[in-house]
Amino acid sequence: MRKPTKPKGFPLPSTLQVIPGTERAQVAYPYYIQFSEADDERFWFYNSMHFPEPMSAFDMVTAEAAYCALGSANTRVHCLPTTLGIDHRIINGRVYIGGNAVTDPAEIARRTEQFQKRAFYYYENWERLYEQWRKKMLALIKDAQALPKPELPEFEPLANVHAGRGVASNHYLLDTYQRTLEGYFRMWHHHFEFLLLGYGAYLTFFGFCKKAFPEITDQTIARMVAGIEAEIFRPDEELRRLARCAVVLGVDAKFQDGLSAEAIIKSLQEAGEPGREWLMELETSRNPWFNINVGDGFYHYHRSWNDDLSMPFAGIPEYVRRVRAGESLERPVKKLQTERHQLIEDYRELLGTDEERAAYDQMISLAHRVFPYVEGHKFYCEHWYTNLFFNKIREFGALLATNNFFSDAEDVFHLTHYELEAAIIDLMTSWSSGSPPRGPAQWPKLVAERRAALKEWAKHETPPALGPVPDVIDDPAIVMLWGITRESLETWLRADSDEASNEIRGFAASSGVVEGPARIVKSVAEIGRLQKGDILVCPITNPTWAPIFQKIAGAVSDIGGSMSHAAIVAREFGLPAVVGTGNATARIKDGQRIRVDGGRGVITILQ
Amino acid sequence: MRASEHVSWFAEIGLNDRPHIGGKGGSLGELQRAGIAVPPGFVVRTGAFEHFVQALERKSPVRAPVESLNPEDLPAITACSKALRTRMEEAALPPDVLDEISSAHAVLCGDDVRHAVAVRSSATTEDANDASFAGLQDTYLWVKDPSQMLRMVRSCWASLYSIESISYRRKRGYSEAGVAMAVVVQTMVDARTAGVMFTRSPTTGDRSVITIEAAWGLGSSVVGGEVTPDRWVVGKVTGEISVREISDKIIQHVPASAGGTETVSVANELRRAACMSDEELQALRTIARKVERHYGCAQDIEWAVDRHTGEILLLQSRPETVWSAKDSAPAARAAENPLSHVMSIFGGRR
Repeated sequence: MRKPTKPKGFPLPSTLQVIPGTERAQVAYPYYIQFSEADDERFWFYNSMHFPEPMSAFDMVTAEAAYCALGSANTRVHCLPTTLGIDHRIINGRVYIGGNAVTDPAEIARRTEQFQKRAFYYYENWERLYEQWRKKMLALIKDAQALPKPELPEFEPLANVHAGRGVASNHYLLDTYQRTLEGYFRMWHHHFEFLLLGYGAYLTFFGFCKKAFPEITDQTIARMVAGIEAEIFRPDEELRRLARCAVVLGVDAKFQDGLSAEAIIKSLQEAGEPGREWLMELETSRNPWFNINVGDGFYHYHRSWNDDLSMPFAGIPEYVRRVRAGESLERPVKKLQTERHQLIEDYRELLGTDEERAAYDQMISLAHRVFPYVEGHKFYCEHWYTNLFFNKIREFGALLATNNFFSDAEDVFHLTHYELEAAIIDLMTSWSSGSPPRGPAQWPKLVAERRAALKEWAKHETPPALGPVPDVIDDPAIVMLWGITRESLETWLRADSDEASNEIRGFAASSGVVEGPARIVKSVAEIGRLQKGDILVCPITNPTWAPIFQKIAGAVSDIGGSMSHAAIVAREFGLPAVVGTGNATARIKDGQRIRVDGGRGVITILQ
Repeated sequence: MRASEHVSWFAEIGLNDRPHIGGKGGSLGELQRAGIAVPPGFVVRTGAFEHFVQALERKSPVRAPVESLNPEDLPAITACSKALRTRMEEAALPPDVLDEISSAHAVLCGDDVRHAVAVRSSATTEDANDASFAGLQDTYLWVKDPSQMLRMVRSCWASLYSIESISYRRKRGYSEAGVAMAVVVQTMVDARTAGVMFTRSPTTGDRSVITIEAAWGLGSSVVGGEVTPDRWVVGKVTGEISVREISDKIIQHVPASAGGTETVSVANELRRAACMSDEELQALRTIARKVERHYGCAQDIEWAVDRHTGEILLLQSRPETVWSAKDSAPAARAAENPLSHVMSIFGGRR
């Protein structure tokens, strides 16, 4: 029974308590991202889309670099008329963000004039600028790959001395670290160079379709625009290719369920020429297509397929079986292209007038122009580059661990990027003075404290939003990137009073109805628990989980829109999916039988 | 099937023949021409009606008394209607008309003279597309006997002189000379499931969806609102079924053994079962698109699934009237600078 609902707001930031015992871990985050009194005046929401788990002190750099770049693009570069950038705060490891709307009509007009000079130039020169972007991005990746491994030899290498380098190795620690950090901040600027403009052009077409065809599903609009050969599909396509190679080379019997990647590789190494040939094919796939993270790439532990082959290898046996059963597993690109073309033509024909058709043509052609970026950038930015970045930090972790700053290289991620620079300078100083570094007495205790805090924070639910509910969410950035609207906030506010209902609603992401046991997967580490036929219930699904998409029967997420990559991949796999439910991971219990109706966006708890 | 003066087979006619065969007959002929399956049948052309009325006029005037009626004078209309309908229902058909209809009926029924047919009035007035007027005319289902069939043809004609029809014409001042009625005679479909579909959403006017409503048995239970039908919304282009509402269908209409129809209970296990499979819904979608393309406008379609063959047959298709009448402003107009469309997203609220 639904209780009568009266309008209510979300808790104020000032009422949100730091979880007792974790206060010291909380103050590790810089002052400028701690909530302050003035923040009670504003509306904030928990960015569980990008940061579904508590953020470690170092990983906070992702929020910082990303919002710094997003804000620059919106506020100063393209001059979005109705919004500036996004502020972020961290409490209990959770990232809350708040928009910065422009409401004064005169200011909007002033910014509109600027926007049209800037954004329209980008739209008009999109292909050239995007091609230039890819070159810039690949150069940035190359720079990151070229950064040396941080090392401190006992004596400066003789070659350096004889060459008269005049700068000792300890200096290059700082140099490499600063360049690593600089590259990451720069990468995020590249990431946002086109993003809002791309989403905006897509949403323009989306809005038109919703107006012209009020009952059209989000998925259908997405299908009209989505690319057929986007980078996002490549990693999974490489797995299919490798499965075909295995069959052709006659080494397919090596791929058994339950075998570790290491065991399979070892057996292939011992399988003579065909085995070696397959391993060469593997190398081709790995560079660059395995530079894809098993998460969104925002956390240091979202390791790439290259770092941990268990994810891609988990998918190969099933593909091998399908190849043996006679499936080609090749994406029918031509057919998909024809279908997409037909879909666009058929909807065009249904429009009422030629005038509408002309508008439709204008909007969809712009959406098609921008979409390769919208779909493609993630591979270069969030996956490939982020992976290089965290691995470089990991190398610093290893060096510091060798010098007894930590017991484990991974501990480095419990330091903020400022603290890490301090630790590096500590080590540099110690190397030069010949005295022991101070770090070993400083960090292990703090790391232990912060590790415990992260664990504690993960146990507590955090409110989806804070502060007064705005009358209308008019910030295009927030609507576009997070799919947050006045309606979705109402849903969140209602969530409490709806607990008794056995229905959960979200966005229809991929149609089809399926029943099965729910498997709550809150972090990547839990992926191994998924059994064939399970329904994945997670804070946010990720495209790199594609190999497990062939195993599961359906997918449900707390956050995400119909254009989220999860939705795209679910449609590609024909897997029923509902995204953006707000609280499915909290309301559904592990193992409960649920029904997912991906066409209507409804999940029913059956027991 | 020789061409004849008073009878036309569906295959011979189309919408352009409406002045002589009425809206319903024209629509059925047109559908068959477009390659859509309809139950076979023929139309008794308006000429037969004219012939019949003239024979009556020779005995005593028919049209003049009607034309002189005052639309407000209900007692006079009632008396006139009663007298005329009785005359029409009881008068013999002119021999050539009788002969042509009987032989067409024989051809339609083949060996089985008691093969059930529907006898449906098919009006020729401009208002034939007007749902409110269409409802004023009669349809007789499950007519199983040749002489009964002939009586129903006369009843259809007589229905032109019902109190409602006369009042309707008098209020609008139509000339009685132009009033004519064709009659459709076609075989009945013993429907397992029947219903209606709109080729645009009745609730939002969306042209990209087809709304289907259906129940067990004959479609009259759905059209007459005697059962809450199952309801589906199907993407016209994608085939995606976005809404499925399966209702408790307590009763159904079935053919009665003595002719006509009767209302019976639905078996318990079928009451809450979907009365159409997904494959059948997709077949309906294909038909709906074909019909809509053929006519070039949204359609309101009655259909049935033959219990014995599983074939889907169209019983009627007419232009959708509600949304086409209130078509709103375009969702957007082409812009001189195509980029300016993005201001709908970036420009803030208007």
